[in-house]
Amino acid sequence: MAITDTSPPGTNFAMGRYKRRKIGNTITMGLAVGAAVFGLLWLVWILAVLLINGISAINLGLFTQMTPPPGSTGGLLNAIFGSIVMTVLGMVIGTPIGIMAGTYMAEYGKGTKLAEVTRFINDILLSAPSIIVGLFIYTIVVVPMGHFSAWAGSISLAVLVIPVVVRTTEDMLNLVPGSLREAAAALGAPRWKVIVQVTYRAARSGIMTGVLLAVARISGETAPLLFTALNNQFWSVNMNAPMANLPVTIFQFALSPYEDWQRLAWGGSLLITVAILALNIGARMLASIGTKKGQ
Amino acid sequence: MVDMAVKASDISAESPRARTQRRNDLLFRGATLFFALLVLTLLGGVIISLIHGALPALKAFGFGFVTTEIWNPVTEKFGALAPIYGTLVTSAIAMLVGVPVSFGIAIFLTELCPAWAKRPIGIAVELLAGIPSIIYGIWGLFVFAPFLQRTVQPFLINTLGTIPGIGAWFKGPPYGIGVLTAGLILAIMILPFITSITRDVFETMPAMLRESAYGLGATTWEVVRDITIPYTRVGLVGGVMLGLGRALGETMAVTFVIGNSHRIASSLLAPGTTISAAIANEFTEAVGDTYTSSLIALGLVLFVITFIVLSLAKLMLVRMNRKAGT
Repeated sequence: MAITDTSPPGTNFAMGRYKRRKIGNTITMGLAVGAAVFGLLWLVWILAVLLINGISAINLGLFTQMTPPPGSTGGLLNAIFGSIVMTVLGMVIGTPIGIMAGTYMAEYGKGTKLAEVTRFINDILLSAPSIIVGLFIYTIVVVPMGHFSAWAGSISLAVLVIPVVVRTTEDMLNLVPGSLREAAAALGAPRWKVIVQVTYRAARSGIMTGVLLAVARISGETAPLLFTALNNQFWSVNMNAPMANLPVTIFQFALSPYEDWQRLAWGGSLLITVAILALNIGARMLASIGTKKGQ
Repeated sequence: MVDMAVKASDISAESPRARTQRRNDLLFRGATLFFALLVLTLLGGVIISLIHGALPALKAFGFGFVTTEIWNPVTEKFGALAPIYGTLVTSAIAMLVGVPVSFGIAIFLTELCPAWAKRPIGIAVELLAGIPSIIYGIWGLFVFAPFLQRTVQPFLINTLGTIPGIGAWFKGPPYGIGVLTAGLILAIMILPFITSITRDVFETMPAMLRESAYGLGATTWEVVRDITIPYTRVGLVGGVMLGLGRALGETMAVTFVIGNSHRIASSLLAPGTTISAAIANEFTEAVGDTYTSSLIALGLVLFVITFIVLSLAKLMLVRMNRKAGT
């Protein structure tokens, strides 16, 4: 630098320190760049492996045939169907509960002890291990019913949906400006109408984002289904019986010694990942549309 | 606001329509309150059901359940030490590898990254967080474990394995699957979590502080080390603990690659098990009440550990946000 160039010879020490600082900075920043490259490398590696193995497993039969016995060809139709049914049911059960609870926390209970405790508990539920949820539903649904069932699977997925939806609903309702609520109230609208017809509408895309994220979260969940919905080798639409589903099928097939099964596991993995990435990207786009409109 | 106190005399003067609205208001408020309370009872229900289910095992083995290593379904003797050890060790490996890398990525994203690449890279990291754990598991089993077995593990055995002391961690044949592999996969899984929280926490810092430091001639590293990290310390710890909670409870990815052996091996390359992997593997095959109950007791232990970690994480992040708010 210009300053150090013109300095008298006695400042060699300061020059050395400057150099040391420069070098230290280069090293640590190099490490940070390295960390970023390292992190992205895993993403690329995992997705590349998934694509290569998954695409070779994807054909029409995957969507039209049932899971096969070892050694013969087949598809994943029953597992795909079961996953969709249980995901939809989980959402149908969990979403209203989550939105209502989030509404209480943002609209009625704002600043109260109850809302604060609920937020804390909800955040714990949000990051609680999903296998614990499986154990919980096993004890309260599977044991009393006496058998594994698609209902139990749906309920355990619903338990995972609730905290995601509660969190986003509360956050999004809090973003709605108070003046909107006051304007509606000034027109004589009762509180519930203000919430349903004004605040919900203003926060709609945000809440929808939360719902999409919840779908993405549960559609890949395996642990809570292992001992609630179990799995089923056959086509079944009976909600009171074990139901096939993609994650558990992938788990069983991947760990099996049969190559046909392993290939199906890769195909299923690709399907789930593509679906989840699409949901995540969709949620992101929805969120950005929402914020643009709000500005 | 809208629900102002209404005197009794006002109600009597109300039109029927206003009365219906008031009733609807009460109903709606009651319904939202009910579901908020339901969320509260959900956690209570989880705790009670776990304790209830674990009771037979805890009665049979007492406190010895968490201090013995024996896991024998035939003689119905169960001890949780091996899975607890596995859970703690895999999480420790995950944190050791994952935290520095996450901080590195976050520093890159906030300080170094050119503006046009910030969003795409940030999004890519977050998408990595969305990939379900079973995908990491199947990748770990078919790709990562064989890769480690062929390259990294023989190298570790030949270099670190010969050092007395810590060498014991890297002895034995390279199985591919095992505690180290599980820990590394967990590290990859928690990367995006810790990165995105760290980045958010870094961004709560007022830009003026950073700019002042740059203005005084500090290098980027000095700004990060002396300004950003001290300022955001509490939030950083909170984010790390959130990642730890994730690593402790992660099930599927670990189940694929840990080898499921109820033994505490001195070597990190040997197969082991974790609490969640043991539950996932054995629950549907467990015969007899003691076996099932022991697995639920394992779940209870995991829940207690993660509950403590997550609560601390939450408290720290709340403190951080309060600081950012003022």
